[in-house]
Amino acid sequence: MLNNVQRELPDDLMKELRYQPFKTVEIGHPEIQRAAPKVTVDQGHAKLVSSIEAVIKKVGLKDGMTISFHHHFREGDYVFNAVMQILIDQGFKGLTLAPSSLTNVMNKMVVKAIKAGVVTHITSSGMRGELGDLVSHGGLENPVILRSHGNRARAIESGDIKIDVAFLGVPNSDEVGNANAIKGNAVFGSLGYALIDAQYADKVVLLTDTLMPYPNTPASIKQTQVDYVVKVDKVGDPEKIGSGATRFTKDPKELKIAEMVNAVITHSPYFKQGFSFQTGSGGAALAVTRYLRESMLKKSITASFALGGITKPTVDLLNEGLVGKILDVQDFDKGAADSMAITENQQEIDASWYADPNNKGAAVNQLDVCILSALEIDTKFNVNVMTGSDGVLRGAIGGHQDAANAKLTIISAPIVRGRIATVVDDVTTIVTPGDSIDVLVTELGIAINPKRKDLLKSLVNIPGVPVFTIEQLRQKAAKIVGQAAPLAFTDKPVALIEYRDGTLMDVVYQVKD
Amino acid sequence: MERLRRTMMFVPGNNPGMLKDAGIYGADSVMFDLEDSVSLAEKDAARMLVMQALQTVDYGDTELVVRINDLETPFGRPDIFAMVKAGVDVIRLPKTETVDDVLETEAVIAEAEAYFNIPHKTTKMMAAIESAEGVLNAPAIAKASDRLIGIAIGAEDYVTNMKTRRYPDGAELSFARNMILHGARAAGIAAFDTVYSDVDNEAGFKHEVELIHELGFDGKSVINPRQIPLVNAIYAPTENDVQNAKDVLNAIEEARIKGSGVIALNGKMVDKPVVARAQRTMMLAEASHLVDQEGNWHAE
Amino acid sequence: MEIKHTAIAGTLESSDIQIMLSKIEGPTEIELESAVEKQFGTQIRTLMRTILEQYGITNVKLKAVDKGALDCTIKARLITAIQRAIDKQNDPDWEVLG
Repeated sequence: MLNNVQRELPDDLMKELRYQPFKTVEIGHPEIQRAAPKVTVDQGHAKLVSSIEAVIKKVGLKDGMTISFHHHFREGDYVFNAVMQILIDQGFKGLTLAPSSLTNVMNKMVVKAIKAGVVTHITSSGMRGELGDLVSHGGLENPVILRSHGNRARAIESGDIKIDVAFLGVPNSDEVGNANAIKGNAVFGSLGYALIDAQYADKVVLLTDTLMPYPNTPASIKQTQVDYVVKVDKVGDPEKIGSGATRFTKDPKELKIAEMVNAVITHSPYFKQGFSFQTGSGGAALAVTRYLRESMLKKSITASFALGGITKPTVDLLNEGLVGKILDVQDFDKGAADSMAITENQQEIDASWYADPNNKGAAVNQLDVCILSALEIDTKFNVNVMTGSDGVLRGAIGGHQDAANAKLTIISAPIVRGRIATVVDDVTTIVTPGDSIDVLVTELGIAINPKRKDLLKSLVNIPGVPVFTIEQLRQKAAKIVGQAAPLAFTDKPVALIEYRDGTLMDVVYQVKD
Repeated sequence: MERLRRTMMFVPGNNPGMLKDAGIYGADSVMFDLEDSVSLAEKDAARMLVMQALQTVDYGDTELVVRINDLETPFGRPDIFAMVKAGVDVIRLPKTETVDDVLETEAVIAEAEAYFNIPHKTTKMMAAIESAEGVLNAPAIAKASDRLIGIAIGAEDYVTNMKTRRYPDGAELSFARNMILHGARAAGIAAFDTVYSDVDNEAGFKHEVELIHELGFDGKSVINPRQIPLVNAIYAPTENDVQNAKDVLNAIEEARIKGSGVIALNGKMVDKPVVARAQRTMMLAEASHLVDQEGNWHAE
Repeated sequence: MEIKHTAIAGTLESSDIQIMLSKIEGPTEIELESAVEKQFGTQIRTLMRTILEQYGITNVKLKAVDKGALDCTIKARLITAIQRAIDKQNDPDWEVLG
């Protein structure tokens, strides 16, 4: 059947997995029955376990169960690989892997686990590298289910994802499971994504290299949620948690785009005292933050809050008084992570608070301005952040679909990358529907979603920011790179892209080589 | 109307990535280099790459300049033929010392135009002056050909020739800059200042641009896109400048409607230089994105 | 026309293409390794054959490593390689050059 973004969805798979087709970005007011975890009652006198092997036995992990991890250690994660290696060695079969996301450092291990039959199902925010390659070439029998951070929280709350055992690495904990991520050897600041697992998994295992005296406060994860605490040598490499994210770009093209993004923000009706924003990570996002700072100083405007994944430059704005509060679901660099311990107005929020569509109001719904990236954007403003131009999985939804609910959602992307067009007729994979996207900013100029006629007036006359239709930008891109041959896929689905409400947005098929 | 030449961005001719993106940074002119930035073994490759890029890539309204190799090398002549065929706007002579240098190059350009059936004098020229002799001949060089749109000072070779080096205050270039500027103005063509190679020294760069702006240069040679907005900011008129310019242009318009030959503003005669300056101010304001389409002040 | 000797042009930088031409006995062969093979592989090969034909070059092996070069770059690099292979670097055939 066709969904509302004109993607053909395989009926049998829809039926088997009980999917509804994507209809609208409006969430409405459905009544939801949440799932609750099973609790094994304990007085907490013997939670400390000496090894991962021992804890696997204690939690009663069985073939076919669902296990989860978080990705807050990013490229510096030691916990994931340590646990997975043991599961492979012990010959577990048919596990469902349900991490908040999969970073590159985990790829080799997941590939190994798939090949050994240890992992047969995956749900994640995304995947890249050799894992994305393997899955895109049909290396995993069951299609991967890809969910945004908000949608993962929704799915866990509703029981769509039922986590049997959560293995959560933490920079510190006491012996009964009071833990945070602001002290220790491998500090990462906010535990945002992991908090949902701690709340809803039947068994919660913390792994840490730093044991603190009881009671360990502030406690992000609480002793009431934790079954076992495992002391390991090292949970992560602090150097690699924030690798590269904070380098201010010198790439003139990125700077040019960032300058235009800032012009769009500051000329929009949302740039006023008390506005809020989310910029994300990466060189271009940091450049926007820097330009935005200058504009805020010039116009004496301060923001009420900054949201999402946080970087040092955003923390600097807070300390400078230009941002009132930070709602922090994840930290992209050491500066932002370290500051969480000492900055009162840097509030840790969980994934549900951040972005869940099915709660009583998430932070993204309060957001004025959001800047997002794109691998591709099409003439309907649909955005792909998941598959490369060769059709292979190489991205993550992250908070893309969620933050796109901001009042002004800006996609910032170069018009072409090398010989690959970013602005296309139809994106390879729809992740975020065009209805959530308001403005595209490229180095050649901007395109405003025709559904946002109200924005035209304030954005059409910005000096130095030419306005085009998205079709015109598409033509410019095609003129530079030429017309690419269409990609060939088999009819085997390898990944399903959910919308944040759990409906089916798009299907990624096995690539044909 | 004369065109703005606040910035001329140097782009190495043998770099496909840079050639592709050269048009997007808002440089008034782009200069593709076949000379110093290209090794001897790659001269043919750069020539062909620039030739193809000129014929294919959409550079919009940007003025396109190519710095060719000296005619005394085996590369100079094919450089000219290739660029004339590709339809370049301006051919830039390196290390121009005498009027004859200009005339020799012009003859080859004319030959190429005839060979490719391109209308005579389609291809413009500019001359870079990079030695003591060139500086002393600057006024004559500037008048050597009506194809010339401007002359430029190339400081790196010049200071070596003068047995000195670059200094922050620019005293070592004072004479050369003034010679070139006067030569250019006397001939009614543009004057370009040299490059500033320390890209990360913003303060030093700004200082130098302020100096040459004050002297009266049309613009600065830049080696990195990041330098472009810095130059434009210094060349940008103030709100007051723009208001005065608009008043002048309005007064002209009123006089035209009334059919009055004498133009007056606030009781003062508006003469030709005032009008020219007003027009240039509005052009700069538009190019600096300081006014909207109707000419109203629109800056932050 | 046969080339005189093996010649190479271009680099392995992003947005560039490196092309090597060498003499072989049989008909022309093209061996292309491209970062955008799926999207542009066929087009690139067609472009290369067209240029070789325009220059009347036969009996060559064309080996190319493409890092996402645009058509104008591919054309420039191949023409450069041809001119080098026939020892006419600075004496291009203006009639053929499009």
